[in-house]
Amino acid sequence: MMTNLTRALILALIAVIPLSLLAGQVWIDPFGPPVPNATAILMELRLPRAVLALVLGAGLGAAGAAMQGYLRNPLADPGLFGIAPAAALGAVLSFYAGFGAQPLLLPLLALIGAGGAMGLLALIAGRSGGIALFTLAGMMIASLAGALTSLAISLSPNPFALSEIVTWLMGALADRGWHEVRLALPLTALGLVALWRAAPSLDALTLGEDAARSLGVEPTYLLWLMIIGVGLIVGSGVAVAGMIGFVGLMVPHFVRPFTDQRPSATLVPSALGGALLLLIADCLCRILPLAGGELRLGIALSLAGAPFFLRLLLKLRRELA
Amino acid sequence: MLEALGLIIAGRLNGVTAQLHPGRVTAICGPNGAGKSTLLSALAGLLAPDSGIVTLLSKPLDQIAPQERACRIGYLPQSAQVAWNISVRTLAGLGRMPHRTSAAENARAVDEALGLMQLEDLADRALSELSGGERARALIARVLATQPHWILADEPLAALDLAHQQALAARLQTLAAQGRGVVVVVHDLALAMNHADHVIVLDKGRVAATGAPEKALSEHVIADVWGLQTRWLGDPGHRALAL
Repeated sequence: MMTNLTRALILALIAVIPLSLLAGQVWIDPFGPPVPNATAILMELRLPRAVLALVLGAGLGAAGAAMQGYLRNPLADPGLFGIAPAAALGAVLSFYAGFGAQPLLLPLLALIGAGGAMGLLALIAGRSGGIALFTLAGMMIASLAGALTSLAISLSPNPFALSEIVTWLMGALADRGWHEVRLALPLTALGLVALWRAAPSLDALTLGEDAARSLGVEPTYLLWLMIIGVGLIVGSGVAVAGMIGFVGLMVPHFVRPFTDQRPSATLVPSALGGALLLLIADCLCRILPLAGGELRLGIALSLAGAPFFLRLLLKLRRELA
Repeated sequence: MLEALGLIIAGRLNGVTAQLHPGRVTAICGPNGAGKSTLLSALAGLLAPDSGIVTLLSKPLDQIAPQERACRIGYLPQSAQVAWNISVRTLAGLGRMPHRTSAAENARAVDEALGLMQLEDLADRALSELSGGERARALIARVLATQPHWILADEPLAALDLAHQQALAARLQTLAAQGRGVVVVVHDLALAMNHADHVIVLDKGRVAATGAPEKALSEHVIADVWGLQTRWLGDPGHRALAL
């Protein structure tokens, strides 16, 4: 059943997608004089970039909603499982080894990093299905991957690799093409299917772990769905675009007040909202004049996200007071 | 019949055997740490015993698929925290999860559960807007929406004022009279004495007494288990415990 919110978000996407294709350093006015290479700009640069923004945004938004439902915590974020830092570590190692320039090896190593984190999570917490153990395992993996990434940076073989690593870690959709779409789209879609299957169990978790189990939820099965869903989405996202934070944290908060608050009710709107947010943010990054190129998407979202996070914290503090 | 046979759970239950019958309210009483919540969890199939078995209609509970078990046994845990500020109707709707029935049938079951708990007027209220008593009723409505044969509730009457305790206890009796098995963990011995049909008294993980309330909660049992000299006052059904 489609809610008004879902309808509104789909309409907004229908309006924004064509606009995003026309906007950029070279503006393409469909009613104005012809722009040289307009077809190439649209088909080879902007369309894949827009599709990638939609795919990654949808994945991150849904993963955020699922994580908040799973941990029953409005401050949860897909990054908490340590999958993103592990994927970033894989990518950084590819730069370190000088593979950064090869189009296949970087995402492949990032996916291996994400897969490694997913495997480690399953190994540590998979049997018990306990949420607290799962979160702690995720934090441990994040911390380990972060430390190893820093180590790789500090031992960087040359300044060029160092600059490549640091720039890549900031996250961006610039210069991404159909190749990245082909990689991220199927993995994200699979991840979304896993989260969709987890949705009823996430609703039951609203009542706590014991009540959820009494309603037939199998914690281990749910944990596997979460590892696969969040892992594929975040892993493939980091593999093609670097670290993009805050989408998974912010978007569920924007949509939740317009739903009945069940995690399953926020899943689809969060996916649509994430797609919309990332598309608009990427578009703005492209348009904003900045000396030396364009604003990195990861930085822009962190700049917008940090005050949002602070506002959320203050609101929670008021509610707890 | 829901039956526990020789349940042993290390450090919590030391060989508990109990028969629970549908159509009556069974109260599980005992001092803190006696194993009341552990027994209820095991009866709900949420805790696997180290030894012993729980059966439902003579079938071992662990051989019943989780979804089927969930349709038959409704469980209300002691900690009744709800993560999101959902409405009463949405909360009750969560109880329909084990059933793969149509939206119309789910809505009918939810309406019926809300009716049983007299929550029709509050159906669209958010949980944060409810009083403690209303919230306790809403949580039970969630269990009722599943339409289970068994209702297992861990201290559903705690944190309620006297009037709400009495009202809710009377509702639980009505549910039992309709043929359901109602099993509640209760701390208040007078509530158990006046509203239960059957009482199981646990002490240090063992059954200290079981039977009709007048027998299982006799002054002797209370002296043995709680170490208190007490006296029941009043007539049956309206008893009060005096120290």
